[in-house]
Amino acid sequence: MTDAPIRTSTTTTTASRVSIQTADFDLSTEVAALRAADGGVGAVATFIGTVRDSSDGHRVSAMELEHYPGMTERAIEAMIDAAQARFDIRAARVVHRVGPLAVGAQIVLVAVTSAHRGQAFGACEFLMDYLKTQAPFWKKESTAAGSHWVDARNSDDAALRRWGIDAANASNPANTSIANNAGKP
Amino acid sequence: MTTIHVRYFAGLREALGPQQTIDLPAGSTVAELRALLLPTSARHAELLAPGRAVRCAVNQVMAEETALVPEVAEVAFFPPVTGG
Repeated sequence: MTDAPIRTSTTTTTASRVSIQTADFDLSTEVAALRAADGGVGAVATFIGTVRDSSDGHRVSAMELEHYPGMTERAIEAMIDAAQARFDIRAARVVHRVGPLAVGAQIVLVAVTSAHRGQAFGACEFLMDYLKTQAPFWKKESTAAGSHWVDARNSDDAALRRWGIDAANASNPANTSIANNAGKP
Repeated sequence: MTTIHVRYFAGLREALGPQQTIDLPAGSTVAELRALLLPTSARHAELLAPGRAVRCAVNQVMAEETALVPEVAEVAFFPPVTGG
């Protein structure tokens, strides 16, 4: 018998924190992997976003999600770093699907572990609020009237502002700087 | 002058194409780059016009309009994000 398997079993491996994928995900599998071999976990908070069958009164038949390969992963990694700095959490994982998605399909998973529930709840909500307004994904909905890109919501910017982060997405302060620059020498 | 690689996503990608290159004076801001892109076509003039909600990333990090564009840069313009 070699000692290779023993080394493997005692090495702490850092699992991937972010996955952008076309394939579906399984909540139980993801949570089991996040909790694995961490006896200090006393709380697991998870959020799953799914495709609704209607949007602003229109019946939605399908959805397509686009992302910015490379940037999307880096942006979410940075968000998890921010969550680690702000909350007393043990681990976090984000899975986000891209490509064509049917009504009812799972879109996104955020899972967070901590010693006690408060920090896990908080970090999970923080990560979702951050992701909604700062991660480069774009939804295109198909309805009977055709397909259209989904508009960003001001309410999502407001949700991020609750955490003291004023990084506008749907609202448009960035463009005032263009107007300001117009008069620049 | 430096040659900047510009990328577009989502609705901007569909209307303007996935990418273009443009010569930019050194020390320019994102807003100045965006203004230089306007004459590319009537669609550019419309969709990148001041007042349009367009977000930007410089070298794959979100950037304000006042940010300087580095000499070697991939600059992306896209609509407000709608993931999650």
